[in-house]
Amino acid sequence: MIKLLTSLVLVLYVASAHAYEERSFDNPAEEALFDTLVKELRCLVCQNQNIADSDADLAVDLRREIYSMIGSGKTKADILDFMVQRYGEFVLYKPRFNARTLVLWFGPGLLLMLGGFILYRSTLSNKEQTSPDAAALARARSLLDEE
Amino acid sequence: MKFLIPLIVFAAISVFLLIGLDKDPTVVPSPLIGKPAPEFTLPVLGREGAQFSTEEMKGKVWLLNIWATWCVACRVEHPLLVELAGQGVVDIVGLNYKDQDALAMQWLKELGDPYVLTAVDQTGRIGIDWGFYGAPETFVIDKSGIVRHKHIGPVAPADLQNTILPLVAELEAGSS
Repeated sequence: MIKLLTSLVLVLYVASAHAYEERSFDNPAEEALFDTLVKELRCLVCQNQNIADSDADLAVDLRREIYSMIGSGKTKADILDFMVQRYGEFVLYKPRFNARTLVLWFGPGLLLMLGGFILYRSTLSNKEQTSPDAAALARARSLLDEE
Repeated sequence: MKFLIPLIVFAAISVFLLIGLDKDPTVVPSPLIGKPAPEFTLPVLGREGAQFSTEEMKGKVWLLNIWATWCVACRVEHPLLVELAGQGVVDIVGLNYKDQDALAMQWLKELGDPYVLTAVDQTGRIGIDWGFYGAPETFVIDKSGIVRHKHIGPVAPADLQNTILPLVAELEAGSS
């Protein structure tokens, strides 16, 4: 039992550990900002990973850069601007809201509404088709009665 | 009429997928194009105490080639750069990225030195300013210090002939 607990604790400890270097922050807010930023920024070298998960040299450098910018009192917007100016909007896992990204932001919702509308229309017309008229019902009944 | 709907949807998806086939997802368009080249002042490789500043290139069309000895693709494009330098049409400035000076100097001695000079970016901090992410990268900068083109990965002869050299000629001819 003790063994099991110990291994469980160890596993959980590892799971909660950061994949990247330990750093010390002046306050929890700065640490939280760092954690959000490294998760929201894409590593350009291995493009399906964020800066937090990536082991690439560039990701290490960018974590260091972000850390030092936070240390010098830069805001989240400042740091995101810094990254976009250098690497383009592609670095943002969460795209900005502007004219170019309108389709991205509203597309899924619009498609969902369109789908819902089509579904509504088709079930409505199905209902109309399948509901038999009174005469047909009467005929069916009389046929059944004959049996 | 209704049976056409799936066909139309299929055609639309096909068109998007077809467009996607031609795109290389590893090439990210640089936001630097059309913007002033990030300035830097860095030590010059092999010249004790010498410094290079991007200021010195004002009034010239030039190429910035970011390279390193640990970069295999850089070795691939190197002969082409040496050849280009031999033609004397455009100055190539090297930026040796996160490398060791001794190795870099050895490389230039063995493979030839196409650069008017090589600036040393030991920490990679200047690379970040240039949005560098995939060695090698080559930038074309115009006379007023505006970045006009970025090539990611090794420059192939076709890239040089079709894109870089015509652009250099055009920029040279321009008065700006």
